[in-house]
Amino acid sequence: MSFIDYFRSKKTSSASVAKERLQIIVAHERTQRNQPDYLPAMQQELIDVIKKYVAIDEDDITVSLENSNNCSVFELNINLPG
Amino acid sequence: MAKIIVVTSGKGGVGKTTTSAAIGTGLALAGNKTVIIDFDVGLRNLDLIMGCERRVVYDFVNVINNEANLNQTLIKDKRVKNLFIMPASQTRDKDALTMEGVEKVLEELSETFDFIICDSPAGIEKGAHMALYFADEAIVVTNPEVSSVRDSDRILGILQSKSKRAEQGGEPVKEHLLLTRYNPVRVEEGEMLSVTDVEEILAIPLLGVIPESEAVLKASNQGEPVIHNQDTDAGKAYSDAVKRLLGEEIAFRFLDAPKKGILKRLIGA
Repeated sequence: MSFIDYFRSKKTSSASVAKERLQIIVAHERTQRNQPDYLPAMQQELIDVIKKYVAIDEDDITVSLENSNNCSVFELNINLPG
Repeated sequence: MAKIIVVTSGKGGVGKTTTSAAIGTGLALAGNKTVIIDFDVGLRNLDLIMGCERRVVYDFVNVINNEANLNQTLIKDKRVKNLFIMPASQTRDKDALTMEGVEKVLEELSETFDFIICDSPAGIEKGAHMALYFADEAIVVTNPEVSSVRDSDRILGILQSKSKRAEQGGEPVKEHLLLTRYNPVRVEEGEMLSVTDVEEILAIPLLGVIPESEAVLKASNQGEPVIHNQDTDAGKAYSDAVKRLLGEEIAFRFLDAPKKGILKRLIGA
């Protein structure tokens, strides 16, 4: 940091951008890490079954599994077209 | 009973082999009978870093296939007594290493050695998995850079779910963070993740910080582990890491940029 730099506007440092991006992606990947291996396949099969009856997009379905202490909550979210 | 330590990272080129060579040498210098095993089948390089490439006769795969015994295969280090190197095979056969074979060799080495250092290949495939599977402790080598930190976190996930200790529900593998290629000047300028940043993200205990140093390349060029060069910051930092690994508590060095004089500050040089 030189004398002249004190008069310049301060930009966000690239290291803090890196840290923020890492914290977000690492947290996201950690939640996926604990999911069982069968989850993606099961999600696909569920989508296929629902598609047989309702015309929906694959993006309209979200599946998630959350673990808390000694129980797991499996959540299936389907946006049915109105 | 030997302690098995894997040196791993996920990402390539962060300093796994350099670290295996330095830490293994340091442990042997401290009086422990140590063997460093190169798990990078097809891309053998530990022999070059240790300066024993011309003395390789048999390799890890030969031992597993019973084509050679341990005494024929282990290369004795020329500089340090109690230090041995087990070279990787240069075969292109990816399935040359088997879990049973690796287990058998580790068990046999365990009878006579104090420390077994497993130098893992990059990636998260079979070779890396086998290097970490039997580990009691893991040194996760990380550069202060986004892709390396992310890959280290992946490897930590694998250690916590796919290692023998994790599968058998035993005590978890003890994890250590080793930050390499650290440049305090760039950290101060806000251009590089700091030690605290990386510690915060990965949330594992810090074993050491190795400053970026010309001495590391020089040491590789000469085939002499950088820890032998105690005039350099990198050599000293590795010595500190070895002491911490052996349970000593030592303050961290080389984390701050050298102080500039008032004149240099003003002109920004």
